[in-house]
Amino acid sequence: MSINKEQDFGTPASTENQSVTLEIDGFQVTVPAGTSIMRAASGIGIDIPKLCATDSIEPFGSCRLCVVQIEGGKGMPASCTTPVAEGLKVITQNQRLADVRRGIMELYISDHPLDCLTCSANGDCELQDMAGAVGLREVRYNPVETHLDAAKDESNPYFSFDPSKCIVCSRCVRACEETQGTFALTIDGRGFDSKVSPSQNQPFMDSECVSCGACIQACPTATLMEKSVIDHGQPEHAIITTCAYCGVGCSFRAEMKGEQVIRMVPNKDGKANHGHSCVKGRFAFGYATHKDRITKPMIRASIKDAWQEVSWEEAINHAASELKRIQAKYGKDSIGGITSSRCTNEEVYIMQKLIRAGFGNNNVDTCARVCHSPTGYGLKQTFGESSGTQDFDSVMKADVILIIGANPTDGHPVFASLMKKRLRQGAKLIIADPREIDLVNKSPHVQADYHLKLRPGTNVALINALAHVIVTEKLMDEDFVNERCDVASFSKWETFIAQEYNSPEATESITGVPASDLRAAARLYATAGNAAIYYGLGVTEHSQGSTMVIGIANIAMATGNLGRVGVGVNPLRGQNNVQGSCDMGSFPHEFPGYRHVSDPATHQLFETAWQVKLSSEPGLRIPNMFDAAMDKSFMGLYCEGEDIAQSDPDIQHVHSALRGMECVIVQDIFLNETAKFAHVFLPGASFLEKNGTFTNAERRISPVRKVMKPLAGYQDWEVTQLLANAMGYPMSYNHPSEIMAEIASLTPTFAGVSYEKIDQLGSIQWPCYDEESIGTPIMHEQSFMRDDGKGLFMLTEYVATHERITRKFPLILTTGRILSQYNVGAQTRRTDNVAWHSEDRLEIHPHDAEDRGINTGDWVGIKSRVGETVLRALVSDRVQPGVVYTTFHFPESGANVITTDNSDWATNCPEYKVTAVQVSKVSQHSEWQENYQAFSETQLDLLEQGMK
Amino acid sequence: MKIERLIKMANDIGDFFNAESNKEIAAEGITKHILRSWDPRMRRDIIAYCQQDGSALSELARKAVSRLEQP
Repeated sequence: MSINKEQDFGTPASTENQSVTLEIDGFQVTVPAGTSIMRAASGIGIDIPKLCATDSIEPFGSCRLCVVQIEGGKGMPASCTTPVAEGLKVITQNQRLADVRRGIMELYISDHPLDCLTCSANGDCELQDMAGAVGLREVRYNPVETHLDAAKDESNPYFSFDPSKCIVCSRCVRACEETQGTFALTIDGRGFDSKVSPSQNQPFMDSECVSCGACIQACPTATLMEKSVIDHGQPEHAIITTCAYCGVGCSFRAEMKGEQVIRMVPNKDGKANHGHSCVKGRFAFGYATHKDRITKPMIRASIKDAWQEVSWEEAINHAASELKRIQAKYGKDSIGGITSSRCTNEEVYIMQKLIRAGFGNNNVDTCARVCHSPTGYGLKQTFGESSGTQDFDSVMKADVILIIGANPTDGHPVFASLMKKRLRQGAKLIIADPREIDLVNKSPHVQADYHLKLRPGTNVALINALAHVIVTEKLMDEDFVNERCDVASFSKWETFIAQEYNSPEATESITGVPASDLRAAARLYATAGNAAIYYGLGVTEHSQGSTMVIGIANIAMATGNLGRVGVGVNPLRGQNNVQGSCDMGSFPHEFPGYRHVSDPATHQLFETAWQVKLSSEPGLRIPNMFDAAMDKSFMGLYCEGEDIAQSDPDIQHVHSALRGMECVIVQDIFLNETAKFAHVFLPGASFLEKNGTFTNAERRISPVRKVMKPLAGYQDWEVTQLLANAMGYPMSYNHPSEIMAEIASLTPTFAGVSYEKIDQLGSIQWPCYDEESIGTPIMHEQSFMRDDGKGLFMLTEYVATHERITRKFPLILTTGRILSQYNVGAQTRRTDNVAWHSEDRLEIHPHDAEDRGINTGDWVGIKSRVGETVLRALVSDRVQPGVVYTTFHFPESGANVITTDNSDWATNCPEYKVTAVQVSKVSQHSEWQENYQAFSETQLDLLEQGMK
Repeated sequence: MKIERLIKMANDIGDFFNAESNKEIAAEGITKHILRSWDPRMRRDIIAYCQQDGSALSELARKAVSRLEQP
């Protein structure tokens, strides 16, 4: 292995179709029109010296190191900013050019510390390389003034800014603008005083910088440098793998020194991220080796007992014997398992296989239950497949973007950067969200054309009103509807949606959205050309989550915004493998590939392949498992990678259910909240310690590759296999590639997927029906995936949630995520990301705060019908009057103490987004928080006792 | 299983299918949805409740549940 540095072509690739042929140093080269001379030369192995150019950003022509001569042309143009032209004859090397370049380098080096041997960039410094390339042997200048004493900015926990090493090439400034779209950096001053400045000459941590790392990636010197490289030196080899955070699924190069990760660098060839990253994927990997990692299996008889470290064999045998004992006592259906979107596809697949084939029931569910299960249901019903329709790059062809209930700059930051790039190019933007997300007006050069600031819980009334305008103003694409959709269902839907009670005027009192804005937004969506919808958990986590997904599908079909680039319905998945875990058959009613357990042909297929009798009855969903536990009919749980004791709603009910079970087996890397209720702890492996695949929100299957040995000895799929064998259901996979081969053999949409193909292509998007297929970026191009190939319109009556505001509970609480933290925070809380967000806060509108005498920083009690918790207040007009908002990244916040058991009618996805509450100023934590803190401390004591 | 929860779930499903003007089709939709997504013990409990009382179920949900066969 080696570090295998990625080639830098100097300028971005041209997307033009026309070819141009020219001659460079006597070699003929044919490239797309619009290509720079620098890139054309690089393509044939001629590296023209450069400093201010790099191929992730547009050329700038500032350093002049890349000058060339063109036969018959005047002067010495910069090759980075000069495009190729037919018949050009370019000279990249001669004495005159060499003299100019050496002169430039001499000037640069005259104001640069000559500490190469002790510099953190030694071995990875473009300035050093260029000095060598131009043959710099002396510096004749003795400047009276330099920048060598400029002070370092060490404010960011992950990188250092050393302006003494800066050559003011502006690559960082341009990366912040072009790649990330934050515009946090600028060149302040003029001439000699020019310097890179975060915001208004502020430290990085006080600036708008979001720590995406794009500037570090672009920096040619040690000016912007990862602190991990400063501490440990340059990495010596790199392995390509996939990020374990959000549903963008960024490809990364894990740059290593032996088994130590030195840094995670976004992979330029990654098709989901194109070399970009966010603060989580780029920097927040330290949790993988955090001291809280548990690396020994443990068991205990009751949750009042101390943990006891045991061998793997003893732990697995104990777990299996307990599960068998419970089945003997309470029946075959009394046990089950919960898997996670943090698991690889292969782990999820064998988990559901263990449960269906080894436990003999279908009691398997996944955390997608509490996030995107309505997406699975709604898109399966209407389009015939439970997935988004586009690849991420499709957004670059969108003319109007409709974002509903999603906050991409926080939740899906790398995709948000791509989206912002398109918006800066002029695409229109409609946002439907109760809260003012950054994209409304806080992202530079991005301004929403319409912000439909609806009341939480009224999504369906809003989508119906949009559809009403489209139908009654005849803005449909009738050809698309007639050719591609079920016409009878359209006719019925058209009649339903045209009724006056669905009009913007009639629904205004429900949604709070002015009818005129809504009409204008509907017209924009329907008539602007390519219209693309992006949505998140603000759509799904409602009692009408599935209805809303169906409503979204309806308007996309009605306007013909499906089946081509630039349009579509795009669920932004919260976790890295939400799509994959669902694909792998982790829902209790579906085998892999979304086929119902009662479907005779599918049932037969799996019975034959797995050589066991399978149940054709749907199993319990996660909330049903808790109810059944209270009922003593579900008494044993195997939970891998999911923290239900923190993440699920009405948490006191969840805790009661867990306390009631006789055996809870938790497989995780930390003693998470759920593990505090467990009887068996099986130490898991982080994404850095295992092989497998993740499938992102655009159906892209990407490789997860082991870069270090599992700290506990086993990869997670191996642990599940051990348990299966102990349960008496034999499994003998030697590698996850064998599991993928089995998946492909049993799942038509994965039939052409293999590790060999993923290695060859880098990643692949399903459906992939055969060996020849290289995947499907855009779905439903010719026909939908329903049996008859037609898209189905469905009726979407607005039904108000059970959760109503009253005098006692006059505010609506809604929830969301923040950029620096990830879901329950088990990973990011154990990194320096806490520097940005160390506690959850309650956002409250100034009017509501004033009514209650609340100021920012005050402790406030938030009380709902099911519970009470206490957070610190943040007075903010981002939320509308009557609405309060919080994140849920810290267990002690108890956000789910107050959420209710209301759920989506179709899937039981919890209604996290709508909870009626009262907020008041308090001086102490809630009773639940105090009790839970005591419980938690006891559990940590019991852990410590066991580890002695 | 806690019957109040199952009643609420059945009624919520009923509310979605209630948009269908043909109540036979609507009831069929509810029945099929429950059959395809509810664990047998949940179906047993709601059927038992429907047979013994059923008053907390909406008319449409009751009609649909009464069509379910014992698992």
